[in-house]
Amino acid sequence: MPLSEILFWFLTALALFSALMVVFSDNPIHSVLWLIMVFFAISGHYILMNAQFLAIVNLIVYAGAIMVLFLFVIMLMNMNTDAEPQKSQWMRIAAAVSGGALLLILVAALKDNAGAVSRTSGEGSIGLIRNLGKVLFTDYVLPFEISSVLFLSAMVGAVVLGKREKNSKPVNH
Amino acid sequence: MMTLLFTMDLLLVLEKFLLIGAVISFALVVAMYTTYAERKIAAWMQDRRGPNRAGPLGLLQPVADGVKLFFKEEIIPIASNRFLFVLGPALAMITAMLTSAVIPWGEYIEVLGRKVNLQIADVNIGILYVFGVVSMGVYGIMIGGWASNNKFSLLAAVRGASQIISYELAMGLSLISLLMMTGSLSLKTIVEQQMNGSWNIVYQPLGFLIFIICVFAECNRTPFDLPEAENELNFGYHQEYSSMKLGLYLFSEYVNMFISSAVMATLFFGGYDIPFVDESALAASWGPNLTALFCFMALFAKVLFFLFVFIWVRWTIPRFRYDQLMDLGWKKLIPLALANMIITAVVMLLIKN
Repeated sequence: MPLSEILFWFLTALALFSALMVVFSDNPIHSVLWLIMVFFAISGHYILMNAQFLAIVNLIVYAGAIMVLFLFVIMLMNMNTDAEPQKSQWMRIAAAVSGGALLLILVAALKDNAGAVSRTSGEGSIGLIRNLGKVLFTDYVLPFEISSVLFLSAMVGAVVLGKREKNSKPVNH
Repeated sequence: MMTLLFTMDLLLVLEKFLLIGAVISFALVVAMYTTYAERKIAAWMQDRRGPNRAGPLGLLQPVADGVKLFFKEEIIPIASNRFLFVLGPALAMITAMLTSAVIPWGEYIEVLGRKVNLQIADVNIGILYVFGVVSMGVYGIMIGGWASNNKFSLLAAVRGASQIISYELAMGLSLISLLMMTGSLSLKTIVEQQMNGSWNIVYQPLGFLIFIICVFAECNRTPFDLPEAENELNFGYHQEYSSMKLGLYLFSEYVNMFISSAVMATLFFGGYDIPFVDESALAASWGPNLTALFCFMALFAKVLFFLFVFIWVRWTIPRFRYDQLMDLGWKKLIPLALANMIITAVVMLLIKN
């Protein structure tokens, strides 16, 4: 077995195991830490596909920034095993059905695109930063800019929501 | 197939292992003596003598400190999360070390007719790798602070993490203008460009200023050492730690200082470039090994200078208040970095046309 294949199976097993642990951990902090492991495993997959830029951006943005915010919220709300609210039976069934539907769509989409599945070894250079930048700023420049406007509006919305109203009394420091 | 792959690359693997070992032990020794330098320089600035009992001029003081920490009793609080409590300091140290992988310490040396690159990994995303590792550094603080199960530790950890995330943004933006000029993310290429032209500090003084301020914040050094603000938070996120686990936290700060000094020297001050000397001519007359040694010494001199600046600032400037810290990061440094980026872009376009 070539080295890249061993790595592939190792990373796959790691990603699946960590993803399951995210769901089954009792402690929400442990869930977040397992989710970080999932991101690391996926970044490993990106590197196997020679997409170094995607790999490192995945780590910086998801594992580095977003997960820290998750940790913030969980730590400050002091969520523990005992504090976990019990959901009703109907809620669980609804969650299972919608999750199953999403899985079905993902499997169907992957099945149609069989070419993408076989392309896993270290070939192809689209993931290198130079090529990715060129493609993003020439062929896909409109969607790229539109999505950045979307982010901007989300940011403005967050600032507006977070801002204290002018005539309300400031909190004592 | 596997055995073929391994026999072919065995020498390379061995070479890299030796290099990693050398870089890490060097970083540790330098960090050790930075603690000594910190105390000596502080003493000098405050008109005291500083450590002078252990060995000549107190030179064995860091060894004594290390031995003391190792022999202290190891205490894990009973209400803490054991695994995460141990993981915290380990992560802090590991992330401090990881960055050293992409820094070029010199061009190459020849050992037994083999060309050995003095860089552990020349990846084409060099700087982004540094950012990735820096953003992982938050976890050492957060996990340690939370696992201690102490409200002061938790508050300090949240402070530290939000400080690091906030200053990462300005740091990234200040580097964009530099990257627009170099056109490459690889640290080796950036150094080579500076060897042929002039140092980047000449073109990007504002970018460097923003970068060094952010580095101070990322290393939790004064004036940004709020996670350790002892008059507000007792001792900060490592309050519950004792023995070598505390040692690892304190020590990782010095390793971080060393590595980030090396990054600053590489990005803005020519890396291993010896000023006013043509290295290729030197290599032709003295051979590559001696040249590499001198290049490394040039880099090390720059690093020592930055380490001195770190210590100098610590004993000169008082600590910021927390809202001032956030104000500086979000409302001053980020707009300044954006302006610097736009100015650089305009000037580059004007020169091109």
